[in-house]
Amino acid sequence: MSVRHALLALLSAGPKYGLQLRDEFEANTGEVWPLNVGQVYTTLQRLERDGMVDAEGTEVDGPHKSYRITDDGRAELTTWLRTPTEAGTPPRDELLIKVMIAGQVPGVDVHAVIQEHRRRMVETMQQWTRLKEDAGPDDLALVLALDFELFRIDAVVRWLDTADARIRRAGPAPKVSPLTQTGAGLGAEVAR
Amino acid sequence: MSAGLALEGVTKVYGSGAAEVRALAGIDLTVAPGELVAIMGPSGSGKSTLLTIAGTLEEPTTGDVLIDGRSVSSLSTRDRAAVRRRTIGFVFQDFNLLSGLTAAENVSLPLELDGLSTREARRQAAAALEEVGLAERADHFPDELSGGERQRVAIARAVVGDRHLLLADEPSGALDSVNAEGVMRLVRNACHRGVTGVVVTHDAQLASWADRVVFIRDGRVADQTAPPASPESLLTPGPSQ
Repeated sequence: MSVRHALLALLSAGPKYGLQLRDEFEANTGEVWPLNVGQVYTTLQRLERDGMVDAEGTEVDGPHKSYRITDDGRAELTTWLRTPTEAGTPPRDELLIKVMIAGQVPGVDVHAVIQEHRRRMVETMQQWTRLKEDAGPDDLALVLALDFELFRIDAVVRWLDTADARIRRAGPAPKVSPLTQTGAGLGAEVAR
Repeated sequence: MSAGLALEGVTKVYGSGAAEVRALAGIDLTVAPGELVAIMGPSGSGKSTLLTIAGTLEEPTTGDVLIDGRSVSSLSTRDRAAVRRRTIGFVFQDFNLLSGLTAAENVSLPLELDGLSTREARRQAAAALEEVGLAERADHFPDELSGGERQRVAIARAVVGDRHLLLADEPSGALDSVNAEGVMRLVRNACHRGVTGVVVTHDAQLASWADRVVFIRDGRVADQTAPPASPESLLTPGPSQ
């Protein structure tokens, strides 16, 4: 989560004080991401140092100092909004590693391991969905954040379903490449 | 209070000898009135068979189905059909609406077939359509409605009158996510009013609307979710961590 760019976005609507920025940040992210005010001031100092914002009011940081976005800040914000998010490098996800390892450990049923994770994921989704069910029509930011998390976990559940089916199809002794080689292999594929 | 739906040791075998297929291998499942249960499982796991047996559309090979505490297997064919007409509402992926009837007529038809006067059936149908937010579209034919609206008509038909066991097989079908969510909200609202709900789906997002998710594998209940914890527990330390 880029606090730096979120603050620039809030300042693009007009000059604001630090506390105001903290409150608006939390309101705009459906209060899902708490932000302490110290983090806000540290980020504002760096933005001021980099010429992205100008400070107005007193010299000392605090509630009486307001911030205004500069032209450089607007350009940075526009570029960031349109920059693709990182999707190129496959992560070495812990779940992926656990499923790969489970198939290699004697006495461990990899399907039971997959089901355990699947159930936990769905239980978490149920909790997010309860929040969505209770969200009012004005809670758009919250619903967007909840959807994002639900789609993310849903993708993991689908991967678990696929992994389950593939391992079943592979037979009783699934041959999964040793972990280190597989990780290196994936990275090497992408690098090429 | 008796369970809205109970399956006790239900098995279902198709064919015999080398061609024998065991679709259900001993299912025990109880759903309380007002509870919404989602059934998840891979293709061929038996989840759709479970639904047709729960809905008395098929008979189990062994075991029993109880609706409102009454054993279905002890009923005559005629009484079983009456239970199906008066108690159970079905929602299918492809809506199953009659194209020559308006939304209101589609919803009122099962009541009229059950002997209710046209006037009373229409009154109850109007109330059911109002409940799913389609009062304004009552006189439209299915092909004049969007996919999401058609499925809302199907849900109104499933819960109209005294129907209080709602069985849905992939009810979101080919609907987009927002419309699919709308369908699940309606199903959940019905359950809040006391309807017993069972939804078969392969979609974890839809299943997450349920109070309980039951995982079926090879014709058996393999696992199920625990009762949900408070959603607030998710907000610390935060999902972005």
